Amino acid sequence: MPATVDPPESVASDPAGDGRPILSVSGLRKYFRLRGGLGGVGQAYVQAVDDISFTVATGETLGVVGESGCGKSTTARLLMRLIEADEGEMLLDGRDVGGRDGMSLRTLRRNVQMVFQDSYSSLNPRHTMAEEVSFGLTAQGVKRAEAHRRANEMLEFVGLEPAIFADRYPHELSGGQRQRVNVARALALNPRLLLLDEAVSSLDKSVEAQVLNLLIEIKERLGLTYVFISHDLNVVRFISDRVLVMYLGKVVEIGPVETVYGSPGHPYTRALIASRLSVDPRRRIEAPPMVGDLPSPINPPSGCRFRTRCPLVEPVCGVADPVLDRFGAEPAHLAACHALVPGSGHSKAPDRSAGTALETGGSPS
Amino acid sequence: MNAVDLTPVEGNAGPFLSVRDLSVEFLSEGRPLRAINGVDFDLHLGETLCFLGESGSGKTVTMRSLVQLLPPTARIWGRVLLDGIDVLTLDADRLRAIRGSQVSMIFQEPMTALDPVFTVGHQIAEVVVWHEGLSWSAGRARALEMLELVQVPSARRRLDAYPHELSGGLRQRVMIALALSCKPKVLLADEPTTALDATVQIQILLLLRELQRELGMATIFVTHDLGVACEISDRVAVMYAGRFVETGAMAEVIDSPRHPYTVGLLNSTVHAGSERGKLAPIPGAPPDLLDMPPGCAFAPRCPRVVAACREGVPDLEQLAPGRSARCPRTGSPDC
Repeated sequence: MPATVDPPESVASDPAGDGRPILSVSGLRKYFRLRGGLGGVGQAYVQAVDDISFTVATGETLGVVGESGCGKSTTARLLMRLIEADEGEMLLDGRDVGGRDGMSLRTLRRNVQMVFQDSYSSLNPRHTMAEEVSFGLTAQGVKRAEAHRRANEMLEFVGLEPAIFADRYPHELSGGQRQRVNVARALALNPRLLLLDEAVSSLDKSVEAQVLNLLIEIKERLGLTYVFISHDLNVVRFISDRVLVMYLGKVVEIGPVETVYGSPGHPYTRALIASRLSVDPRRRIEAPPMVGDLPSPINPPSGCRFRTRCPLVEPVCGVADPVLDRFGAEPAHLAACHALVPGSGHSKAPDRSAGTALETGGSPS
Repeated sequence: MNAVDLTPVEGNAGPFLSVRDLSVEFLSEGRPLRAINGVDFDLHLGETLCFLGESGSGKTVTMRSLVQLLPPTARIWGRVLLDGIDVLTLDADRLRAIRGSQVSMIFQEPMTALDPVFTVGHQIAEVVVWHEGLSWSAGRARALEMLELVQVPSARRRLDAYPHELSGGLRQRVMIALALSCKPKVLLADEPTTALDATVQIQILLLLRELQRELGMATIFVTHDLGVACEISDRVAVMYAGRFVETGAMAEVIDSPRHPYTVGLLNSTVHAGSERGKLAPIPGAPPDLLDMPPGCAFAPRCPRVVAACREGVPDLEQLAPGRSARCPRTGSPDC
């Protein structure tokens, strides 16, 4: 693969070179109103994303995991401004998007691009691959001939020979090839941040491995930052530096990937990790790590949203909303569970006087 | 072609299901498309066999052809003996009598497999009334029994629920209850946990394993997921481009895969113990079934290909009782 991609012109890839966050999100909230209800009485909302905050450091891969309905795709769409948030702030390189002093949507989309799960429905069936990849460039004001040259370059970059693929239509490609085109299209604008929403989930295993390798390789070569959303815990562990766990619209845990997988704090993360299947018929799971299904995100449980399925549930969990807080030796490892917070009123909470995990784990700052 | 012996070594009773030289052809834009080509296997009661393969490998078609659940354009050859009955010669009425009573099936997507306009209790009762000639009240009693068997919480209340009122995990439990309501001897499960979340998937797999042990059915499980196969099955048949390429006990195939495709699949799968860094994927893509390469279908992607591979389709060679691979190089020293 030739290195033909220039560094983005819009924003330097790590302006200060200090690993500052490329993206920081605070208090992001999105409720979808359901039909029904009279004059606001009995009105139901799907609380898809409810007050979440996190940062993405320049150059890292942040994995986002959770089960269906946890809000991970809504989060990606909010970051991409495909839908508008009800509340919350999102800063790209410290700059707000929209508003008087903020960057324009056009600048945002030049810097942040997305790859979707369904490689077929995310390509226009009436566009050839060259047209598809060059479309964003022409929309950003690049001349047609230049955009086409660049499209061919990008196709080659993702391992598709332009002489063969440039004039083909989506239905003439296999799933893996289509997903490569989606990656090429996302990269054409020289973005710095790629949102990958279940980008490998619908591919066969042998093809999934090819696309994962491609993603790892282009990230290294172009110095990109990834937000990698997936329900597949093994793939997330494989590709991510840090992982963020969501449950019913809330962030329940975040931290370095090996710390979270090695010593998960939140009971939900523990159950999720224990649900992974081994590839060894002699090491089968004997009891389900968790019972029941995800409750509806319409009018979710009060207090901690996980309490209806939690093995550690106590009265305090229904009353107070747990806050994402540090609890272990690793300062970047946070979880939102009353059982981890001294003085929360939960009987399993560490004793404040007897030296908590927080205190023994080194000074907070 | 010699039949693959999938008999457990200690087993002495004859197989309950015996399939010989099964082939299925569809018409694709007027051209014949061979979806499966010469599949042979035996299955005993109490045994779980998994068809493992990627999309287009023929795993679902193989399963569906056992009860002729294929579109009318499909042509089926070969022999499917179910407890001595040749299923492929049965007329529509006899087939209907077998489906749901002797052999039943669980589908991937319970929302589309269940009828949205009837309550789940009614749907289960209907099967029992139809097959066993019971009254509707006896059918309803059986429905309750079945929902309890598959551990649906508040089963009595859920009898009157419509499919859309249930979560994905509960819908899949209902579908299992429906499939087992007439105590079938053979259960066909087509990716029943693929659409479910991880924490729900393991609950359903454990339920199926428990029911299998209790009821002693012969089960065929179709999946693309190596982890699911390891969790549920005793034996595995790895499929590629319409053929079995490797068969054996699950643990043996995982420990010492003998076909290069199986090796590639194992290397491509990200599992709990995967090292960070690069995966070793299989290059290329599966062949177009309308335009198959001569000889071994895997040859164009195979790292160990030799000239002989392109000359003729290799035989599925028996390596040990119940263990076979379709590769001319399995015996060579660098394996």
